[in-house]
Amino acid sequence: MTGKTIRGLRAAALAGTLLLSIGQAFAADPIKLGVLEDQSGDFAAATIGKVHAIQLAAEEINKAGGIDGRPLELVIYDTQSDNTRYQEFMRRVLQRDKVDVVFAGFSSASREAYRPIVNQFDGLAFYNNQYEGGVCDANMIVTGAVPEQQFSTLIPWMMEKYGKKVYTLAADYNFGQISAEWVRKIVKENGGEMVGEDFIPLGVSQFSQNIQNIQKAKPDFVVTLLVGTAQASYYEQAASANVNLPMASSVNVGQGYEHKRFKPPSLKDMYVTTNYIEEIDTPASKAFFEKFKAKFPSEPYVNQEAENSYLAVYLYKQMVERAKSTKREDLRKEIAKGDVCMDAPEGKVCLDPKSQHMSHTIYLAHVNADHSIDFPKVWQDIKPYWLGEAGCDLTKNDPSAQYTPSNPPPKP
Amino acid sequence: MDVGTLAFSALYQFGDAFAFLVLSACGLAVIFGMMGVINLAHGEFIMCGAYVTVSATHAGLPLPLSIALGALVSGLVGVLVERVVIRHLYTRPLDTIVATWGLSLIATQGTLILLGSTLAGVGTPFGSFQVGGYSYSVYRLVLFGAAVAVLVGLYVLFNATRFGVMARATIQVPHMAAALGVDTRLVYSLTFALGAGLAGLAGGLYAPTMTLVPTMGTTFIMEAFVTVVVGGADVFLGTAPAAAVLAVVKATMTSLYGQLFGQIGLLLAVIIVIRVLPRGISGFLLRERA
Repeated sequence: MTGKTIRGLRAAALAGTLLLSIGQAFAADPIKLGVLEDQSGDFAAATIGKVHAIQLAAEEINKAGGIDGRPLELVIYDTQSDNTRYQEFMRRVLQRDKVDVVFAGFSSASREAYRPIVNQFDGLAFYNNQYEGGVCDANMIVTGAVPEQQFSTLIPWMMEKYGKKVYTLAADYNFGQISAEWVRKIVKENGGEMVGEDFIPLGVSQFSQNIQNIQKAKPDFVVTLLVGTAQASYYEQAASANVNLPMASSVNVGQGYEHKRFKPPSLKDMYVTTNYIEEIDTPASKAFFEKFKAKFPSEPYVNQEAENSYLAVYLYKQMVERAKSTKREDLRKEIAKGDVCMDAPEGKVCLDPKSQHMSHTIYLAHVNADHSIDFPKVWQDIKPYWLGEAGCDLTKNDPSAQYTPSNPPPKP
Repeated sequence: MDVGTLAFSALYQFGDAFAFLVLSACGLAVIFGMMGVINLAHGEFIMCGAYVTVSATHAGLPLPLSIALGALVSGLVGVLVERVVIRHLYTRPLDTIVATWGLSLIATQGTLILLGSTLAGVGTPFGSFQVGGYSYSVYRLVLFGAAVAVLVGLYVLFNATRFGVMARATIQVPHMAAALGVDTRLVYSLTFALGAGLAGLAGGLYAPTMTLVPTMGTTFIMEAFVTVVVGGADVFLGTAPAAAVLAVVKATMTSLYGQLFGQIGLLLAVIIVIRVLPRGISGFLLRERA
């Protein structure tokens, strides 16, 4: 008996009853997946579902025989919507728990807080969240949607339907600032005009002045890039002041299910580009939603981040089974082939080798006056093209940096 | 844009900021000013009021009654907290900070575990009205009215009722009040309940306009503490003028430079006030009067 199998048996014995039920099929070491997500604090409403989605996927995979015969073991910590917790727990999962892969992060601030630690220990992290784009880092795989997928579809569509004057209301940190830059760029490219921009510190919940600023600027629609539960108070306050303008967003509804939390019609005529929400009416989406509700009946909403997290576990399984290894470089060789794809609840998705970001089906979700959702448009297979076109190519080099339209990768 | 419209909009923004500062601070000010207890669980009493208000409204109660119920329940929770925890710490004021902070953590996390990450809202009543080119929420005027009513009510309570006289006597010289037959323990208990109830009232009043989450109390906390620090220990001579000054600072800075500078303005005002008037505005006014 080799040392490895003895260790494996000991680990299985320690893991005890939990693993006993799925039992003797696993002779090998488990594959450890670290989960760092906010289960309390300001972001919890949007992110508890991510943990549940990962648990659902892990249970399904273990029932079906694990990853390449090895069980998948989750190491879960609550990061409490606190960036320093991310840094602490990222060190802990990589150094002490020695996980093979980490799924981590909601806010972009938290991602940028832990990313240097992943680089330092040369780990592999999945960021399963929509964000402002631009992370060119071989240690990161991003399954969330990025601005070229969400804004280059949404903003031109809105400008065509409602008009060319745009007002942006954004959270005042890296996500909001860089997303607002994208909106500015796309509005200009399409011959529109920015009539105003307001940046709101995280945690602010009173919006009377901003509501007045918007009324003064008279835009045709408002782009709301508000983050966290405190800022979500804007919709109720804007509705009660009768602002009555269409809204466009990359984060609302698909993330914080505001249409379920607020009384109709405060989110009337909100348009969101998202790669998944539970209202999507396809057989794959319905099947996923039903599995989710069967395991977590009290889940308030299955949002796009839950779907991203769920499919990411399967994507990781596929990569490990193809590479016959959990080593990051072996997995990246599979990504470099450009055919790491799967049929997810939203539709077919593929990993882009240059940026390690993912292609998505983008749904335009429209909130009606009674807060029901319809989908005026669906864009199939939208690629995360910007990083690759701008000059990020992780198959050749790894700058481990984040780029923006005004700060693109250096030309070779 | 004519002058009238501009003046009204400035006044509206001032009133809005004033109401938020007064309502979020008065509960804290009562407990700190009358009892010397720094209540770090203040935000959680606000959350408690908001949650009770919204749950009662969902259960079919009309909103004004729900808000009253929210304040009442917070007040009762306040009595309980005073009896179980605070009462034993009157001689150890620094320890009350730690104890109430612990309570706030327990309340936030307990609510998250028991009631989930969010509660559905109830919607803001009364709709909107139009002045010049702008439309405004009617409910915001109700909030301003409520803030003024709370200040007047507190003034009457402490200066024109038997409870007010006993409370002030107890706060000034506790053993003398006790010797004269005042049940000082009851007075402390009621004062703490009043502070908690006022926090609950603030939560109930703002509940229809906000996201309902276990951490919602924290969005009131900075404004509450800033107002109490600037105002000093006296509720009427402190909280009201402090809220007025800070509302002007906040509304002006926010309208000129945005929300971030509104917050910076508030904190700068605090730094200046505690440098120049270490005992707050009320300390300054009382010294002048004496």
